Amino acid sequence: MKKRAAQPDARAVHRAESPWRQARRRFFAGRQGPLGLAIIGVIFAFILIGPIFAPFNYSDIPNPSEDVFLGRGPSFEHIFGETAQLQLDVYTLVVNGGRSSLLIGFVSAIGSIAIGTLIGIVAGYFGGRLDSFLMRLTDVFLAIPSLFVIIVGARILSALGGTGLQTIVIVFVVFGWMGIARLVRGQVLALREMEFIEAARALGVRPIRIALRHVLPNAIGPVVVSFPFAVGGAIIGEAFISYLGFGVSALTPTWGNMLTNAEDFLLQGNWWWLFFPGLFIVMTSLSVNMIGDALRDSLEPEGRRS
Amino acid sequence: MIKRGTPLLQVRDLAISFRTSRGLLRVVDGVSFDLAAGECLAVVGESGSGKTVSALALISLLSRRQSVIEGSVKFKGKELVGLSEDALRPIRGGGIGVIFQEPLSALNPVTTIGEQISEVIVAHRKLSWREAKKLAIGYLEQVEISQPDQRVRQFPHELSGGMRQRAMIAMALAGEPSMIIADEPTTALDVTIQAQVLEVLRRTTTERGAALLLITHDLGVVAETADRIAVMYAGQIVETGNAADVLRTPASPYTRDLITSIPSFAARGRKLATIKGMVPSPADFPSGCRFAPRCRYAIAACTTATPPLAPVGKSRLVRCIRAKDVVSGAARRAR
Repeated sequence: MKKRAAQPDARAVHRAESPWRQARRRFFAGRQGPLGLAIIGVIFAFILIGPIFAPFNYSDIPNPSEDVFLGRGPSFEHIFGETAQLQLDVYTLVVNGGRSSLLIGFVSAIGSIAIGTLIGIVAGYFGGRLDSFLMRLTDVFLAIPSLFVIIVGARILSALGGTGLQTIVIVFVVFGWMGIARLVRGQVLALREMEFIEAARALGVRPIRIALRHVLPNAIGPVVVSFPFAVGGAIIGEAFISYLGFGVSALTPTWGNMLTNAEDFLLQGNWWWLFFPGLFIVMTSLSVNMIGDALRDSLEPEGRRS
Repeated sequence: MIKRGTPLLQVRDLAISFRTSRGLLRVVDGVSFDLAAGECLAVVGESGSGKTVSALALISLLSRRQSVIEGSVKFKGKELVGLSEDALRPIRGGGIGVIFQEPLSALNPVTTIGEQISEVIVAHRKLSWREAKKLAIGYLEQVEISQPDQRVRQFPHELSGGMRQRAMIAMALAGEPSMIIADEPTTALDVTIQAQVLEVLRRTTTERGAALLLITHDLGVVAETADRIAVMYAGQIVETGNAADVLRTPASPYTRDLITSIPSFAARGRKLATIKGMVPSPADFPSGCRFAPRCRYAIAACTTATPPLAPVGKSRLVRCIRAKDVVSGAARRAR
């Protein structure tokens, strides 16, 4: 790309923006997208910088000698308060748990979307028996009650020695690609009939290249849009399963598993145990959803066709 | 190598059927023609006459699941009907280039013009992407696009309609094919641009000695560009011959009606001549001559048997039992 010269070049052709650049401009021109990015940015910063200010190891029991069963509210020493029972520092748990939760969210989303996109493109573009097979496979995966499988799968995998994080990511990826696969296949089926695909075929371009350079970039909009939603879904999913006690073991704190016993003490006034991890879950999922909506608005008006 | 006298493209008894819920439906029947190197053949007909389908079938661009192609298409002596996709790939673009009717939808909206041209170069020649990108500028120059070095980096929506079609021609040329199929290349363009684009198409193909198969419904385009003409009606060729001769003295009633339905200054003030009725759908082609129900010359014998494509005069084939009467312009059907 040339830099725009101060003196307009008489010979210069007026250059409009590429479709991608247009989408980016629209994304940043809106309110939702930048705000969502700002919130998730603050959360990331908190998780990355936070541990420096955390005086305790998350497995430490800071006040072992004191005979206090209930937790204690926010104080100077424990700004998010302490949990009941083991009296762990909630701030330390939130900071460390955030790393695990975001890791689960992003890795599961990347994994399931990569698999879903690949299966969708192969099924849609190459069609025929391969398509039938892949779509029946998708149906089978969709027909399995995923919550049941996730719980059983997580237990089996953790019995096989998974320490927790990998286990839940694997389960989320294996049972998370079907929606994307169907979405992408639908896009590809529509695109396959487009004239520019036929033109590329008519001029001898290889099928692999057509799939990657002509079909994929035109089908990618919905995939990009679904990414933040998938991140949010995985984080909430982890919280839900861990809360039920089937997810990540308490040795590795996550925003979800630190809630496990929190509600028992809510009535005794221990609101901070539930509130701070809950706040982070809500803010994260809110921000990724805002980003997702903003992406949809900026990609969809003409993302696929001029 | 082509032997002298052997045409570049030899099509014999091409028949195309579509699979429908009620079985095979034959939409194109018995199409035969030759195309010599450097020659321009125009295939003319109304919408639904089978001209586009026939052209796409030459390089098996029709869906294999939905259609059946029969007959023989020999390109440089090599049979193309029945070839696998892999075997067809070097011929598509490298031997026979294709230009589509609507350049905006035939160009990928999210890829630059330069990349789309380079992609065809890389597909057919052993060149790196860097070399291909440089060559792409040259092709844009050949099709008379201004500032080609900057245009290569533009996206289709940044170009005007005429420029898009020029870019499409550049893509078709990029594989250096010895024949180009142009499917209504000027239909989507303004009249003023049409002539320019047609000129570019004719010049670039002539310079290379490439043959041009021009599909059109515009007889003005034919008169300007084509050496020979094949008129199609309802999936069959009804008349073929030297373009100037056919346009001057049509021997098939259909060709004759087509020509008289062109608006002209001479006929100003009078009602525009039209051909009554519509092209029949392939599901109910009439028996006998398919044009008979709309034909002003039709006699009882026309509906009994399909007339053969018979020679009339020198180098002219006509599918009409009354061709001589049509030429003499006499003896219209009495009513």
